[in-house]
Amino acid sequence: MNRTTRQATRTAVSAQSLHKTYGDTKVLDGVDLSIGEGEVFALLGPNGAGKTTTVKILSTLIPADAGTATVMGHDLRREGDAVRAVIGVTGQFSAVDDWLTGEENLLLMGQLLHVPKAERRARAARLLEQFDLAEAAKRTPVTYSGGMKRRLDIAMTLMGRPRLIFLDEPPTGLDPRSRHTTWQLIRDLVADGVTILLTTQYLDEADQLADRIAVLDHGRIVAEGTPEELKRRIPGAHISLRFADAESLDAAARALPEGTRDEEELVLRVPNEGGIASLRDVLARLGDGVAVEDLSIHTPDLDDVFFALTGNPAKEQTR
Amino acid sequence: MTTLTVAAQDATTMVGRELKHTVRFPLLLVGAIMAPVVFLLLFVYIFGGTIGGGLGAVTHGAPYVDFLVPGILMMTVAAGSGTTAITVCTDMTGGIIDRFRTMPIARGAVLTGHVGGSVLRALVAATVLTGVALAVGFRPRASAADWLAAVGIVLAFAFALAWLSVALGLGAKTVAGANGSTLPVQFLLPFLSSAFVPAGSMPVGVRWFTAHQPFTPVTESLRALTGTQAGDNAYLALAWCAAMALAGYLWARAGFRRAAR
Repeated sequence: MNRTTRQATRTAVSAQSLHKTYGDTKVLDGVDLSIGEGEVFALLGPNGAGKTTTVKILSTLIPADAGTATVMGHDLRREGDAVRAVIGVTGQFSAVDDWLTGEENLLLMGQLLHVPKAERRARAARLLEQFDLAEAAKRTPVTYSGGMKRRLDIAMTLMGRPRLIFLDEPPTGLDPRSRHTTWQLIRDLVADGVTILLTTQYLDEADQLADRIAVLDHGRIVAEGTPEELKRRIPGAHISLRFADAESLDAAARALPEGTRDEEELVLRVPNEGGIASLRDVLARLGDGVAVEDLSIHTPDLDDVFFALTGNPAKEQTR
Repeated sequence: MTTLTVAAQDATTMVGRELKHTVRFPLLLVGAIMAPVVFLLLFVYIFGGTIGGGLGAVTHGAPYVDFLVPGILMMTVAAGSGTTAITVCTDMTGGIIDRFRTMPIARGAVLTGHVGGSVLRALVAATVLTGVALAVGFRPRASAADWLAAVGIVLAFAFALAWLSVALGLGAKTVAGANGSTLPVQFLLPFLSSAFVPAGSMPVGVRWFTAHQPFTPVTESLRALTGTQAGDNAYLALAWCAAMALAGYLWARAGFRRAAR
């Protein structure tokens, strides 16, 4: 996949100065977005930053108070039906019919999207297989685990073959296996040229999946770029080594001169940008002679991003 | 496809969805049939002797059961409003409505589906009730045309109450509240109508209300068709149904729009 050529193609979402206020609370305070077709775009931010509101506006669920936007070339305000025809939305809360079976849920979507009967059945069967729900197809979602319900939810979104998919916090309630399935699926979709706008609270997830990330804070986009660009702006990942005494710390600091010492805590912090490979390297250079009392690995998380970008910790914000 | 055929197709799909719900949860239907059946048996076997004796000439010589059944039929249709409001509220408070709203489907198809499902459930309930009534001695003096007209009135009444119940379901914040909001429709209005005793036998204030509320002409038009009442209340009943349907529809439409903030 070549990111630059993909970005050079058409625009999937273009939004200018979106505003939304609920009562006295400004939820969106001038959000601009430009997402290229075939791109995975992550909106990263804590609860209450305005992620879900942005998705609701762009998916025609609620109107913006001010601002304009086009989705796949259709004006959000004037061509709502055309927008709805090309999007698929998986919201934060389960949007399945609890009184229909998994299969019936998928077929209902197909019927509402006017997919011919034979094609409908084939597509539903394929999605049930793909999402590991074939055995649960004849049961109602009431009997499903959280992960299964979420997978059905996403499968329903895919019945219509949307060109742009909104995934609002996709791993909410997902077990690791379902999360893996979902991530794999997102990658497959992108290979087919589908554009994805996902929201998340986890930098790690945005990093894994997204071509570009926009950081949302208090209804404004405070930073935007590729995961690499963003991570360069925040304090790096490091390995933290704790020692029993000052002599061991001295020895370790000589072996790993790039580390920073904390004399009081008897801790040496060594930058670790290369994951496991560089961890192995650090341990090799340390050798067997130095006794390490404790080792921990620190990767930058949303808190670091927020602290770096806004000077505020990423604690819960009120809407 | 024209917009209209698409809308009709989506509405049909949604009605099908409601029927599947009912088949999967027969309690939605059985619950609404039980109460009227109990009332029927109670009034036929326990209270009927005394009430029937007191009615005298009002029933035109027919036994009390013949006077009662049209009222219980009306009550059966009304009893379904709880189910309708509950299913609407379940949709609106769950995530599924947001999915429907972001899909290219006809606006309001989901509400039309609830109305269609509600009317069909009412028809099934009324049929069952009529069967039970015949078993306990209901002997209507009705021609084929009368039967057809009676079905028409039941349908019109069911349609009107369906829209009202959809509006009540849209207005409710919880499923329990949805059922509660239909209790006046399910019990208060049937009892304050001429379903069990003629309006003329009631205290003055109640009598006025009973004589001028929709459930009375609906009951009396059914009575006229089954031979326990003179006169023709059908037009008044249908006018009331049309008015209730329109009011319910406008109210529901406003509620549905309000839900999209």
